[in-house]
Amino acid sequence: MDISQYLEIFIDESKEHLQTLNDQVLILESEPENEDTINEIFRAAHSLKGMAGTMGFKRMQRLTHDMENVFSEIRNGKMNVTADLVDVVFKCLDALEVYVSSIQETADEGTEDNDEIISLLNGCLGSGSKQESPAEQPKAAPAETKPASSSDTDKMKFKQMAIADFERNAITEAQATGKHVFGATVYVQESCILKAARAFLVFKGIESIGEIIKSEPSVQDIEDEKFDFDFSMFVITEKSGEDLYKAVMDVFEIEECVYEEISLSDAPVVEEAKKEDVKDTAKTSENTGEDTSKKPDKKPAGKPVVNRSVRVDIEKLDDLMNQVSELIIAKNGLVSVGAVEGNSQGFDEQIEYLERITTSIHESVMKVRMVPIESVVNRFPRMIRDLSKKLNKEMELIMSGEETELDRTVIDEIGDPLMHMLRNAADHGLESTLERIQKGKPQVGTIRLNAYQDGNNVTIEVSDDGAGVDVEKVKASAIRKGSITEEQAAYMSDKEAVDLLFMPAFSTAEKISDISGRGVGLDVVKNKIEGLGGDVEVVSKLGEGTTFIVRLPLTLAIIQALMVEIRNEKYALPLNSIDTVVDVPVSEVRYVQSNEVINLRGTVIPLIRLDEILDCEPAESDSESLIVVIAKKGDKQAGLVIDNLIGQQEIVIKPLGKYINIPRMISGATILGDGEVALIIDSNTLV
Amino acid sequence: MDENAVSVENKQYIVVKLDDEQFGIEIGYVDNIVRMENPTRVPKAQPYFLGVINLRGEIVPVMSLRLKFEMDMKEPTSATRIIIIKTEQNAKLGIVVDEVREVVTLSEEDVEKNAFDSSKEEPSSLTGVGKYGETLISLLNIASLLNDIDSD
Repeated sequence: MDISQYLEIFIDESKEHLQTLNDQVLILESEPENEDTINEIFRAAHSLKGMAGTMGFKRMQRLTHDMENVFSEIRNGKMNVTADLVDVVFKCLDALEVYVSSIQETADEGTEDNDEIISLLNGCLGSGSKQESPAEQPKAAPAETKPASSSDTDKMKFKQMAIADFERNAITEAQATGKHVFGATVYVQESCILKAARAFLVFKGIESIGEIIKSEPSVQDIEDEKFDFDFSMFVITEKSGEDLYKAVMDVFEIEECVYEEISLSDAPVVEEAKKEDVKDTAKTSENTGEDTSKKPDKKPAGKPVVNRSVRVDIEKLDDLMNQVSELIIAKNGLVSVGAVEGNSQGFDEQIEYLERITTSIHESVMKVRMVPIESVVNRFPRMIRDLSKKLNKEMELIMSGEETELDRTVIDEIGDPLMHMLRNAADHGLESTLERIQKGKPQVGTIRLNAYQDGNNVTIEVSDDGAGVDVEKVKASAIRKGSITEEQAAYMSDKEAVDLLFMPAFSTAEKISDISGRGVGLDVVKNKIEGLGGDVEVVSKLGEGTTFIVRLPLTLAIIQALMVEIRNEKYALPLNSIDTVVDVPVSEVRYVQSNEVINLRGTVIPLIRLDEILDCEPAESDSESLIVVIAKKGDKQAGLVIDNLIGQQEIVIKPLGKYINIPRMISGATILGDGEVALIIDSNTLV
Repeated sequence: MDENAVSVENKQYIVVKLDDEQFGIEIGYVDNIVRMENPTRVPKAQPYFLGVINLRGEIVPVMSLRLKFEMDMKEPTSATRIIIIKTEQNAKLGIVVDEVREVVTLSEEDVEKNAFDSSKEEPSSLTGVGKYGETLISLLNIASLLNDIDSD
């Protein structure tokens, strides 16, 4: 059977389950008695096993199965959660992640059997509980369906369904009006992958001829695929049993359907039989450590409601985004036409209307693309725990603002830089436990990750309460590496010195560990973040800690820009990096080390002649004053000399395409209202 | 000869002109042909790139085949066209030519592959020379042209 089409879903869901497992096991480590957590873990492990089995990933299934056994024992109160056990489970989760990533890359789980982990898991079982049969088969489903198929009466599982009072009333009423009431049990083929979908079709088919008054498992559980290969129900219908049978068997991949007209006198007897039966299954499943059969029953009622969401291919969203972009361009076109004609009031109104619509469509589309940063940061607690053990430092991670949303493209890229900063904080930032005690600080170091939205930006702060950056040490290291001279170091402000950390191949750590300190690090972080249109800044106080502040734009695709003219070419300057625009008489331009500067309200700002940088033709005549756009980047400023201001405009950023070489200062292009292309100047690279 | 004819593959080429020389571009590469429009200059790009144009909302870099072949620049005329090439990676590239003539079908027999000395060091910018009636058509090797641009 071709399963490739399900692979994507499988990978997504496996990752989700693994994330849940990681989170919950972390909680379990601190609260070993938490029953909700244990149940949650068990559920996730069970689903994972089922999925791996369906997809035919035997090794992955085997490993999950053994892990599930351990949790089954814990859940049944036969084992206690110990630190060793948690370590083994984490190892197991890591191994499962390896399987999933291998499947993602090659559609194959690889050949690693992870026997070691399995024997560790079984070791846990052996030491914690009395007995466990290792020869037991991973799949309990066949064992369970076999006795069921032995005789027809056994198959009629609906006979074991309890009938509540109101259902009883409904049945009596129906029978009084001459309708038939059937009990039916439907068996889905075991090779069927989309059980829930088949079940749904069965329900739909039956509902076309009658009414389902009760089903077991519940409809919600069936929709969530929380059933094995059969489900039972009571149906009230005017049609005959044969019609019912036909309606069910019309659905593809249905193995069998058994039904019988029921009369109420049977019910109480049946109810007792059911109790016994459950006891039986409970017994057998305890023996095997496997209880798929009663799992739906054991579901706590307070199960979280399924997210009302759909998975959408990111490409489709991109398409939608492009179309919105087109709409904005078209709108800009109309605006410019309107500006020329400009006398019809109705026209202006319509344009304003269009502008409102495009803006709100744009916002909605952007919102669809927004993903909470939670999806990136949720793996960090686990990482810090591991680091804490590895570095032998006590530390905790406090995260806040995980619900802050960022554009999908940014989310995909931001994980590594953040991880780098956290590792950095854990390794270099925090002192060793002993040192902390000596300094009179709390023994446990704290790392904070805080995210929040700030206007059109999202700010993520990573801070630690460690030793802080030793400015003198940084300077000394930079001098030693020849990055700066001693004179430069002497005149350097503390802030500038701290910024040296972002220079390539810079590391102050004396020891190189495998966590960080190889010198590839902060410069890469900085590049990546700047590549996303953001910036990063360090604030540090010696002895008190260090904070990295990352600012990221909310969206990448559409920005506000200042349109300028240089000679007869139009360029766009992103508005968020512009401070002001000033007119400067040529006579006020001064020279520092033969570079042009201006003095703006007491600040000396270097001038950058954009026409020279952009290889424009020389100006025909010297004007008496310069139009200077003051661009900023952090604390630094630069004056960009332009010929003409056109105005502010919302622009859509487009890539320049392949093949053509693009200088670093051009970050993309945009299409103007008249269809012309204007290049976007990234002033961050110039300042 | 006849036994060859069975395996002969016919290929279609768009015939374009630079001055008096005719070049053929395999039709599979051609996405579109548009009228010459004024490209936006991109500073510090390769010298034979004229800039970028807006092709229905997509930004497409445009190069001059004349400049690439180290011929003199020529003012665009009403016959000047931009051939939009679509590569395997779905990237687009515009090639400015003086004129687009016609589409011809050449069978393998009509193509002289060895017209160029293969001992030449540079990878050939032509795949061969096609004979179409009395005229000769230099068949452009688009793949090597794109490689060439990539390495610049």
